[in-house]
Amino acid sequence: MTLRAGGVRPWVLQRLSALYMALFLLLAVPAAWLAGPLDFAAWHEMFTRPWFNVATTLFCLALLGHAWVGGRDILLDYVHPPGLRFVLLSLLGLFLLAMLVWLLGILLPLLGGVA
Amino acid sequence: MGHLTHNKNRPRYLDLRRIHLPLTGIVSILHRISGALLILALPFMGYLLQLSLHDEQGFEQARRLLDGTLVSLFSVGVLWALAHHFFAGIRYLLMDLDIGMERTRAVAMARAVLFAETVVFVLLLGWWL
Repeated sequence: MTLRAGGVRPWVLQRLSALYMALFLLLAVPAAWLAGPLDFAAWHEMFTRPWFNVATTLFCLALLGHAWVGGRDILLDYVHPPGLRFVLLSLLGLFLLAMLVWLLGILLPLLGGVA
Repeated sequence: MGHLTHNKNRPRYLDLRRIHLPLTGIVSILHRISGALLILALPFMGYLLQLSLHDEQGFEQARRLLDGTLVSLFSVGVLWALAHHFFAGIRYLLMDLDIGMERTRAVAMARAVLFAETVVFVLLLGWWL
């Protein structure tokens, strides 16, 4: 695997993930506002609804892809020694992959109302 | 080049105290800073999600955590980062469409970003606290 820097694909990923997250938040934040305080049962039940679970899981995927491109851009701009740059990019990738597995582990068992 | 390199009073552009970023530059650098903050906040947000979905006790524990002073300060930081990143990001999407590229429009758009983020930040804060 090579660590590719630049290119049109990360640029497109950044924009598409941004659009998805913006739309999700524009719907979710006002909806949460209107719904008022939730108790555990209502909160938990929301995540067992397939459409909400899938939309939230996609949000997490968009977020982590977006964080990868953005974090990568910051590191490429400010960290110049090749060795350190490689180490930091690897750590960022490892961190985001770990977040991915963890978040999927939280969300997916609730899909379909199991757990 | 000689007259440039020998001028002892030439501006030292890398002196951070003497660099005056234009408003558009401030909005840009804050977009990066807020993005980095949001990345660093991910583990804690993941932890709160896991806790709140685990069981009744976890849900209450997450609520108590959010009510704590230290976590409240942290949440305020995350809410600001989110509000700024959201609107400054929309600015980039508009710039992709060639909207707001001309100088006076660019400054107006940077002002609009700061205004919108402040309004939303205050609203979120009022909701949160």
